[in-house]
Amino acid sequence: MKMLVPLSAVIVMIIIALAGVEAAGLQALFGIAIPYIAFLVFVIGMVLKVINWAKSPVPFRITTTCGQQQSLPWIKQNKIENPSTCFHTFIRMVLEVLLFRSLFRNLKTELNDGKVVYGSDKWLWLFALVFHYSFLVVLIRHIRFFVVDMPFAIEIIEALDSFFQVGVPLLYLSGLGLLVGAIFLFLRRIVIPQVRYISLPADYFPLFLVIAIAITGIIMRYFTKVDVVAVKNLTMGLVTFSPVVPEGIGSIFYVHLFLVCTLFAYFPFSKLVHMGGVFLSPTRNLANNSRMERHINPWNYPVHVHTYEEYENEFRDKMKKAGLPVEKE
Amino acid sequence: MAKFSKKPQDLIADIDYSKTPQTEWMDTPVEFKEHTFCWGAKGKNLEVVGFPNARDWSPTEEDWKLPQDWENIVMEGIKDRLSKYRSFKLFMDICVRCGACADKCHFYIGSGDPKNMPVLRAELFRSIYRRYFTAPGRVFGRLAGARELTLQVLKEWWYYFYQCTECRRCSVFCPYGIDTAEITMMVRELTNLLGLNTDWISGPVANCYMKGNHLGLEPHTIKSSVEFFLDDIETITGIRIEPTFNRKGAEVLFVTPSGDLFADPGTYTAMGYLMLFHEIGLDYTWSTYASEGGNFGFFTSNEMAKRLNAKIYAEAKRLGVKWILGGECGHMWRVLNQYMDTWNGPADFLEVPKSPITGTVFENAKTTKMIHITEFTADLIRNNKIKLDPSRNDNLIVTYHDSCNTARGMGLLEEPRYIIRHVCNHFYEMPEDTIREKTFCCGSGTGLNAGENMELRMRGGLPRAMAVKHVKEKHGVNMLANVCAIDRATLSALMDYYNKGVRVTGVHEMVGNALVMKGEKPRETNLRAEPLPGKEEA
Repeated sequence: MKMLVPLSAVIVMIIIALAGVEAAGLQALFGIAIPYIAFLVFVIGMVLKVINWAKSPVPFRITTTCGQQQSLPWIKQNKIENPSTCFHTFIRMVLEVLLFRSLFRNLKTELNDGKVVYGSDKWLWLFALVFHYSFLVVLIRHIRFFVVDMPFAIEIIEALDSFFQVGVPLLYLSGLGLLVGAIFLFLRRIVIPQVRYISLPADYFPLFLVIAIAITGIIMRYFTKVDVVAVKNLTMGLVTFSPVVPEGIGSIFYVHLFLVCTLFAYFPFSKLVHMGGVFLSPTRNLANNSRMERHINPWNYPVHVHTYEEYENEFRDKMKKAGLPVEKE
Repeated sequence: MAKFSKKPQDLIADIDYSKTPQTEWMDTPVEFKEHTFCWGAKGKNLEVVGFPNARDWSPTEEDWKLPQDWENIVMEGIKDRLSKYRSFKLFMDICVRCGACADKCHFYIGSGDPKNMPVLRAELFRSIYRRYFTAPGRVFGRLAGARELTLQVLKEWWYYFYQCTECRRCSVFCPYGIDTAEITMMVRELTNLLGLNTDWISGPVANCYMKGNHLGLEPHTIKSSVEFFLDDIETITGIRIEPTFNRKGAEVLFVTPSGDLFADPGTYTAMGYLMLFHEIGLDYTWSTYASEGGNFGFFTSNEMAKRLNAKIYAEAKRLGVKWILGGECGHMWRVLNQYMDTWNGPADFLEVPKSPITGTVFENAKTTKMIHITEFTADLIRNNKIKLDPSRNDNLIVTYHDSCNTARGMGLLEEPRYIIRHVCNHFYEMPEDTIREKTFCCGSGTGLNAGENMELRMRGGLPRAMAVKHVKEKHGVNMLANVCAIDRATLSALMDYYNKGVRVTGVHEMVGNALVMKGEKPRETNLRAEPLPGKEEA
């Protein structure tokens, strides 16, 4: 059930796009209207999401410290894992966001002969990196469809991406990486019993979607050889707000585009918002300096306390008898 | 209820990580297993601090005597907390269920119960969040991982969120830093809106509120407890120490968990403090009003924690001290490091802590004005201000257990180790994946150190016990050192269960033993009145 529904959803989407374009001739809908809508939903949705998070304050400095604190000058502080300045916190965040530092720590816990043993387990870290960086490179490569002249930086990225000079057209590593990464993430979801047990349809759906996007992309580039000039006419029309539906773009392009639109529109309502959320995580993006610098809780309010006076009133006789000093005799 | 009698090997034999229940977790009802949960809070204790729905109740009874509109109370409670805590809101939205946290939780490692995986523990709550606070959850229901709030769900929350010790080990491994402790705190707050706390937490909270400490020691009892220690110290060293209580004008206020005054082996740690302060001539005072460093309020609600914590600054102000020194404790130090100043500061009536012995200024505590005793003592040793004879601890083969909170909510890692290396000659670390920021909970934190949940404690403590077993077999370790009152109270039971022969000590007990005091008589015994190494014949 958990896999079947999201899988069917992706298949139905492919059929909708195919039918829409081939049978109903709705190229304008799938090539123009839906991309605009999806893009708007993505941008507005993500902005609203981040604003919504930001509206709730961070009342306490709840840094998760993963190394030695700043204390005595002769004790070496772990400035990255337990930062006490903005700069070091920034470095910590850079490592977290760009290199998935916390995931790199991953261990595998096993019971062996009645003993608990821990082993290094870096596969998730590795494939998560492959997946995310491939995705990023694929996205960057697609910028070529939205600009007249290719920026030099993107040409370099493309050149690196096709570094091995295999096949015609040249094979992009990122396309392969995206597919392999997504398939790995899917396989571990069904192979590892604990992960299978916690997985929801919302975990499979984006994976199926990404896999389908990668496959349709690969088919277009390497097999059906989509008319790139026609596609660029369409995409340039979109960014210049003078949309056109050029002739001769195969249906598979519209399937690809529709799936991408679905992913974009789905993004702000799903776990994929971790893309923005990772920057805001208070256990990572705060310095552990709350003994050095005062941190203000905006909603801090006065509370009832049991005062010393009340305490002494209750125990005065006992205190006097025990020779403890009191405020009132 | 029969006494918990399961043998360690049987307990371990139950665990199988590869096995998950036949039914989906949403379709697997919670089962209250004997010896894995605490008794319900007593009405009188909730009344003392003004908690709602104060009445006696029992988790095993069908009827939890909830308020009529409990669902509304929960919904309003969630809404309120989502608007107050970015952490809470964010952690509801960004989990991708990658499972990196799954096998990091000591309760999962010790039980194999999938609902003890941090991710699933959080999903128990997230499913309700999605249903009532997100559009996909409202529209697609279960397909979007959402479910209805029912009494069954509430009971499941209570069972599993009182099976999390807020140790934050999962948050070390989470790629987004999602901290289950935050979620547990929020859900525990919600249960407190309905009067659903445990007896073992609400009792100490009421005690601490009225009497100043968890154990409910009254002022004269605190003094007489300390006097017992003084008698023992005199017997051992020939030196009569005369500490002061509630003394105005002292330079330093000393606050430690009340557990140190009450039961072995914490009491030996307290003796260590007394001897050290006497030897260096520290101008300090104990307080009977602020007589608790720990904070069980932290395991009920943010507000209650703040109410209990307020006593420390209030007392420092009343007594006119310059700064505050805190004893060995775990969660106490997460509270002092990450919450106290924000709650009850600014402590502008105090001065930045400066050791009167070494002149060291503790810049790292320049706003809270409170330092940890291992910071203080490490500085003394570094500056050669105390004379130590580590050979007095030669009978000890020591390993060190990092407390969750000092490790992951502060980063106090080297200070205690520095002291240990100077007060004993045989110190061995446990495997690297079980110490420092990857340390394992004792299994009994956040008020789970009761008696009726002993199986839960032994399961939660399994990873720690296994790591000790490793160094016991490899190096002959016989002493488990720590800087936490709850550890001292609970690790003994854990060691008796898994590693007979390994005992538990606070770091300052070892300091007390090694400390060569001016004018002391030749020592024959340690603080436990056992013969020192080489003096066994006498």
